[in-house]
Amino acid sequence: MLNLPIYLDNNATTPMDPRVLEAMTPYFLKHFGNAASRNHPFGWEAEEAVDYAREQVAKLIGADPKEIIFTSGATEADNLGIKGIFEMYATKGNHIITATTEHKAVLDTCKHIEKQGGEVTYLNVQPDGLIDLKELEAAIKPTTILIALMYANNEIGAVMPIKEISAIARKHGVLVFTDATQAVGKIPVDVNKDGIDLMAFTAHKMYGPKGVGALYVRRKNPRVKVTAQMDGGGHERGMRSGTLNVPGIVGFGKACEICMLDMEADTKRISKLRDKLEESLILLEEAYVNGSREHRLPHVSNISFKHVEGEGLLMGFNKNIALSSGSACTSASLEPSYVLKALGLGDDLAHSSLRFGLSRFTTEEEIDYTIKAISDTVLKLREMSPLWEMYKEGIDLSTIEWSGH
Amino acid sequence: MAYSEKVIDHYQNPKNVGTLDKASKNVGTGLVGAPECGDVMRLQIEVNHETGMITDAKFKTFGCGSAIASSSLATEWLKGKSVEDALKIDNMTIVEELNLPPVKIHCSVLAEDAIKAAINDYREKNGMEKIKFEESVIH
Repeated sequence: MLNLPIYLDNNATTPMDPRVLEAMTPYFLKHFGNAASRNHPFGWEAEEAVDYAREQVAKLIGADPKEIIFTSGATEADNLGIKGIFEMYATKGNHIITATTEHKAVLDTCKHIEKQGGEVTYLNVQPDGLIDLKELEAAIKPTTILIALMYANNEIGAVMPIKEISAIARKHGVLVFTDATQAVGKIPVDVNKDGIDLMAFTAHKMYGPKGVGALYVRRKNPRVKVTAQMDGGGHERGMRSGTLNVPGIVGFGKACEICMLDMEADTKRISKLRDKLEESLILLEEAYVNGSREHRLPHVSNISFKHVEGEGLLMGFNKNIALSSGSACTSASLEPSYVLKALGLGDDLAHSSLRFGLSRFTTEEEIDYTIKAISDTVLKLREMSPLWEMYKEGIDLSTIEWSGH
Repeated sequence: MAYSEKVIDHYQNPKNVGTLDKASKNVGTGLVGAPECGDVMRLQIEVNHETGMITDAKFKTFGCGSAIASSSLATEWLKGKSVEDALKIDNMTIVEELNLPPVKIHCSVLAEDAIKAAINDYREKNGMEKIKFEESVIH
């Protein structure tokens, strides 16, 4: 039976897996101890639970448990990773390379670093959302200390060639940081095979709880260190002070364990549904998939429906389908998605986009319902769109002098 | 952001969607906004030369729900009004009627601009001087 509303905004956050909640529950009431309490069973239980979760998390990404620093989420891990390297390696250099399509948590951190006297190169991406490796290599200078590029993009799902990126970085003795928030748990990520030195990720994008994430920090070949960004009790090997969120960490660990077990089957099923959704929707005239379809997360699709505005489109079904759009039609921010613009999309196409993020819990019925609801709304709104009428009359919209506002 | 009942109603059952013959001397067309900004409104009025009354109004809008609702409401208000009275439609009346939140006020401004543009188009076609309006403040 179809249950409404349907949730297809899983790049924003995923629902928790009931198995995760079950694992967490005892750590709220019965085992409530502080993992740093060394002198009684309450503390020991909590510490043991955190250690176990650390192993579960490390295993998913092929790391050593000692390389996992728990944080409040990916934003904190991005801040700690990038600012921590900038401060720790200040004597080596002050140059960081990133890309224009990164998440704000990375971009704004880089902006902060520029204010502190750092130098940041923002690479442009190609129309498929991936960087040009030659451009990356050409951007490296003697002062470059870090390359910060996301594993997979949150809006279009494009998966960066991380192995090739890290090979270039190694050659020049530069560290690699990656924001893998959207990738971990969804596709195989292995810090050693991928040559990653630091990696930010979070539980709530992989069916775990909100408020807990991690920074992976490599311990050998090379041994990487970050300067703490929070002062206090010296938790997490001095890199992140603050009492550990034990239930959250337990949930994070369980979520990682489930992802490891279910990834193959989940991917197979979800990508089939995503392809069905995408192929049905691009049967509509003037509908385009944004970003790489080849190098992409299995559960993501971003589609522009030309001559229909995204927010108006969402309104046609947002009581029943939860989605997000690259359009921001508010007077505070008339700017559409900077990620889509970075792909070279015109503002009109960026305003016309919808982002679909499927999950482990998405059903075929939900996809069928979504295909119909969106197709119907697009057709209805095009009947109402002056741009669609002009397009149908063969008028080249770029020749019209718009009364910009 | 939740939309008001009235915005939802106009969005679901828009009034007067369509196209009038823009070549006709009785018809004035206003096309405002830009695709890059995420909203384009085309508002048309049909005027009876003798009485100066607006006998029909149609719109087509590319934009969010509030933009669609603002233009739909504008066409409803225009029908049966004299051109003179149509000029008095103020964007804030649209804001009040539709309960638009501050971030959506620009949608009502666009509708007011579209009305003025349609009237000027009609005037120009019929050998009348275009009315000079003050630039809208919120753009």
